[in-house]
Amino acid sequence: MSTQTPAAPAARRPADPIPGRIRAKRPPRPGTWISAVIVALLVLGLANFLVTNPVFDWGTVATFILDVKVVQGVGWTLLITVLSMILGTAIALTAAIMRRSENPVLRGVSWAYIFVFRGTPVYTQLVFWGLFTVIVPKLALGVPFGPELFSFSTRDYFPAFWAAVVGLALNEGAYLAEIIRSGLNSVDKGQTEASKALGMSNGKILRRIIIPQAMRVIVPPLGNETIGMLKTTSLVLAVPFTLDLTFASNAIANKLYAPIPLLIVAALWYLAITSVLMVGQHFLERYFGRGFDDRTGSPAAKRSRQSAVNRAGTTPKDSLPEVEL
Amino acid sequence: MTTAPQNTPSPNGPSPSADGATTAPAAGATPAASITPTPLISLEGIHKAFGDLHVLKGCDLEVAAGEVTVLIGPSGSGKSTLLRCINQLEEPTAGRVRIAGVTQGYAEEPLADGRWQKLPSAQIARQRSRIGMVFQRFHLFPHMTALENVMEAPIQVLGRGKAEAKEAALALLDRVGLGDRADHYPSELSGGQQQRVAIARALAMEPELMLFDEPTSALDPELVAEVLSVLKELAEGGMTMIVVSHEMGFAREVADQVVFMDDGLIVEQGTPEQVIDHPGSERLKGFLASVL
Repeated sequence: MSTQTPAAPAARRPADPIPGRIRAKRPPRPGTWISAVIVALLVLGLANFLVTNPVFDWGTVATFILDVKVVQGVGWTLLITVLSMILGTAIALTAAIMRRSENPVLRGVSWAYIFVFRGTPVYTQLVFWGLFTVIVPKLALGVPFGPELFSFSTRDYFPAFWAAVVGLALNEGAYLAEIIRSGLNSVDKGQTEASKALGMSNGKILRRIIIPQAMRVIVPPLGNETIGMLKTTSLVLAVPFTLDLTFASNAIANKLYAPIPLLIVAALWYLAITSVLMVGQHFLERYFGRGFDDRTGSPAAKRSRQSAVNRAGTTPKDSLPEVEL
Repeated sequence: MTTAPQNTPSPNGPSPSADGATTAPAAGATPAASITPTPLISLEGIHKAFGDLHVLKGCDLEVAAGEVTVLIGPSGSGKSTLLRCINQLEEPTAGRVRIAGVTQGYAEEPLADGRWQKLPSAQIARQRSRIGMVFQRFHLFPHMTALENVMEAPIQVLGRGKAEAKEAALALLDRVGLGDRADHYPSELSGGQQQRVAIARALAMEPELMLFDEPTSALDPELVAEVLSVLKELAEGGMTMIVVSHEMGFAREVADQVVFMDDGLIVEQGTPEQVIDHPGSERLKGFLASVL
């Protein structure tokens, strides 16, 4: 803004290695400025609305944001999210590997699983898992038409919490299976050939070579799915499981006849957890991106490939003798 | 893999030139002097078809231990496919591959009904582990450092301990001139360096023979020499090698045997002098004129 004399900076930094450095002036952008002002006014209006409208009742929000029931709800929600994502990923990996199998039975079952669990509402599925102990009251292991070796009542071992986790995991697994399958397919076929040529077994090729590379492609959508799962846990009421964040805050809201402040309490908590998950995703992406992206990974990886090649001074000054051709 | 037709390897008889069209040595004398009675590698009547595409049309080849064979020929002539049949990256449609007398991929004798019993995948993996292979496009594991690339197979396949594998891997990286690049990821290495790591990775399995599939074709011209010098050192160390290459200078200097392939057949084979300097067939003359 202020018009400096060009001599002043030149006196302080006399040795600019680039002579005649271009001092550019931006072209005027009135449109950008006008739209920025309009957007800023709208945001101010929204902030004013949020602060002054008594419906939001920020005092109640502050009172209940750390309420024991709410914090416990956060804990249960997190636990369900994490467990169902872990279980869902395991199911999805199995389904994705089955889809790649040469055996038509394995391929077909995997396809059918994805078809059913991706094609029906998760709410319906949760209700079903909630009724599982009614549908299947007793599980028994024995010889068909012969003696029973042992049996147990499903109600003793399948409480609402696990019904919620299993229901969410099976639904999630169907989506993740497709994500994992595309991740596995994204790995260059040459990787499999190179590992085969080294004598590695199919299992080891998958575990050591293919999956670690596929993770680079899988993790970003996996992060998305995890955040989606966090919010889908609000449906576990269908099981019914009644300790999660949404149910806990709703219960308080119903008691106080104050739905909106407690919706805000729940929303703030979901936002907070999402932020934490995003940090986790960032580190996962950095880990699985090692060797791929120069901007991430170990400090060694931060050096660009070209500078590495230059520093290497590859051919002429190499330690190896040259071949005379 | 799914397109591979039913495998019925049927050795075409004992004579390596039973196919008639196979060999036409230029200077009469086959390089008999360098071929020992029991060749390390023996290919008998190898055919390979991908669906309707008949890529290999009956190839016979023998390579003695310690011998360097360079496969030359126009692109699409089947050189790489023949090489890949040796370590079973391709399954021959007909014919038999033997390494040190052992049939690769199948039992030694056919079953009573004339079919051949395929070996279980674990056994095929074991056979492959004795054959090193270097690819045109390196195929290093991008998520592992150079050192980890070289350590991976000895640990996972041979069950070596980590410390032992690391020591051996560092020695190998030193040998290919990359001791100071051990902790670099492939993406931080030049093409020539990546290919040298790939050679070290194959050598870490202590293979009986090494296959090179156009090892310098993906390299910038100034990086070719550093890879060829490693190959040359290996050859001088007595490694049995089959190299698919367009580097005639390398072939002339290092090869014991040069094999010219065209249209799925081995057209000429012999010493570099015989094949490169005194080509017998018009096809080879034409090919040499185009690459020299």
